[in-house]
Amino acid sequence: MLKSKSYKLNNYSNVQEYFHSHNWTDGLPIVPPTPETVKDLLEWSNVEPEHLIGIEPVRSRPITAEKLAINAVMAGCLPEHFPLVCESFSAMLKEPFLLHGSTASTGGCAILIIINGPIRQQLGMNGTFNALGSSDRATTVIGRAIRLILCNLLDVRPGDVDRSTLGHPGKFSFCIAEDEENTNWLSLAEDRDIPQGMSAVTVMSAGSPRQIMNEWTTNPEEILDTFVAEIKSCMRHYSIWPGNYAIVIPPQLRVHFEDSQWSKKDIRRYVFNHARIKRKEWGECGKASIIGNKGEKEYTALTDENHLLVIAAGGPAGGFGAIIPPWFGTKSKAVTQPLGVCLDCGPE
Amino acid sequence: MSIQVLNPTHEGDFKSFKAAEGLKSLKGANVGIISNGKKGTFHFFNALEELLIKNHGVKKVIRVVKKNYSAPAESEIMTEVKKWDAVVAGVGD
Repeated sequence: MLKSKSYKLNNYSNVQEYFHSHNWTDGLPIVPPTPETVKDLLEWSNVEPEHLIGIEPVRSRPITAEKLAINAVMAGCLPEHFPLVCESFSAMLKEPFLLHGSTASTGGCAILIIINGPIRQQLGMNGTFNALGSSDRATTVIGRAIRLILCNLLDVRPGDVDRSTLGHPGKFSFCIAEDEENTNWLSLAEDRDIPQGMSAVTVMSAGSPRQIMNEWTTNPEEILDTFVAEIKSCMRHYSIWPGNYAIVIPPQLRVHFEDSQWSKKDIRRYVFNHARIKRKEWGECGKASIIGNKGEKEYTALTDENHLLVIAAGGPAGGFGAIIPPWFGTKSKAVTQPLGVCLDCGPE
Repeated sequence: MSIQVLNPTHEGDFKSFKAAEGLKSLKGANVGIISNGKKGTFHFFNALEELLIKNHGVKKVIRVVKKNYSAPAESEIMTEVKKWDAVVAGVGD
């Protein structure tokens, strides 16, 4: 039985204004969360409304399936999208993710969700054209649901718990499906120890994507040098601390790696070895005052090569790619979870 | 025809939180400052410490720093807090 307070409003427009006036939306219209639509989501996932997805540790706030479902309906989710919303939020509640810090910080990151496995095709997800920008219905509404949940259940609204100086557009929705069909690489989830054939989510506290371009070589090392240059730029201009960087590689560049038999592991190793700067480089970009006596000290973008998330995604044409920097070093670690392994496990 | 919609926010259990009673005076009190540890805050908290002692008669200011400024204070710090008369949650940047 649903326990949330309910309201009877006269019409669709009044629903919109009621939700906007209570600051319950992200500024876009919402789908009215009626008891019937919320029940549809819960029944699809076979979870009771009071099912505990987890507990937010800073305020000991319980997160129930009912409240996730209400926000998921508002975001436009269909029942079949709901298991991914639950799994993503469950992953975000894991201690290494440091949910409060990443969502409250002035650093202004968004939650990036990467989907792997058969669920992508079942839900019509598209990891090709416009992969980082609302490429399909499922990824768009799942990403939006996560943002609405943060706002409404944990008060992560701008100026409230969300203290972002700037934020970035990914805060509306930042969910992508890996393009597993057009590559011979292992998927991100498989690379992170999820068995083949199993669907999974990976969540990351992510800065805004930074696009690169190199259409003038087929050499994997030269292509990676362009990605590495962008990572080093991020270390110089934003944060020098190592963490979970993600790199997104579309087909036009991917083919050169595959032709040269470069696996994701090879890519991770190359980036680990080359994405390094010395502290003195800060002097070239206005930060000389904090170099101190550590100018020759070397900093790596990754403390472990496995911290790099290599994602195959993007449209077929264009020698582009992207790096997605971590929010702030290793304070928040990417978390990967298989989908639907145990409905009754409860919080850890 | 009306539409019934559900509240999307957290509901309940706010009553379990109760604000502590304020001190009538800071004179002779032991006051802790839990710093979030950001470098730029040190000068500010130094000044605050001086102000509390010189202007308000605080007996002692205890300074502790969180290990991770994005995470809650460690349990060891929260145990120490119980020994103090007042605490300043030192969030700064």
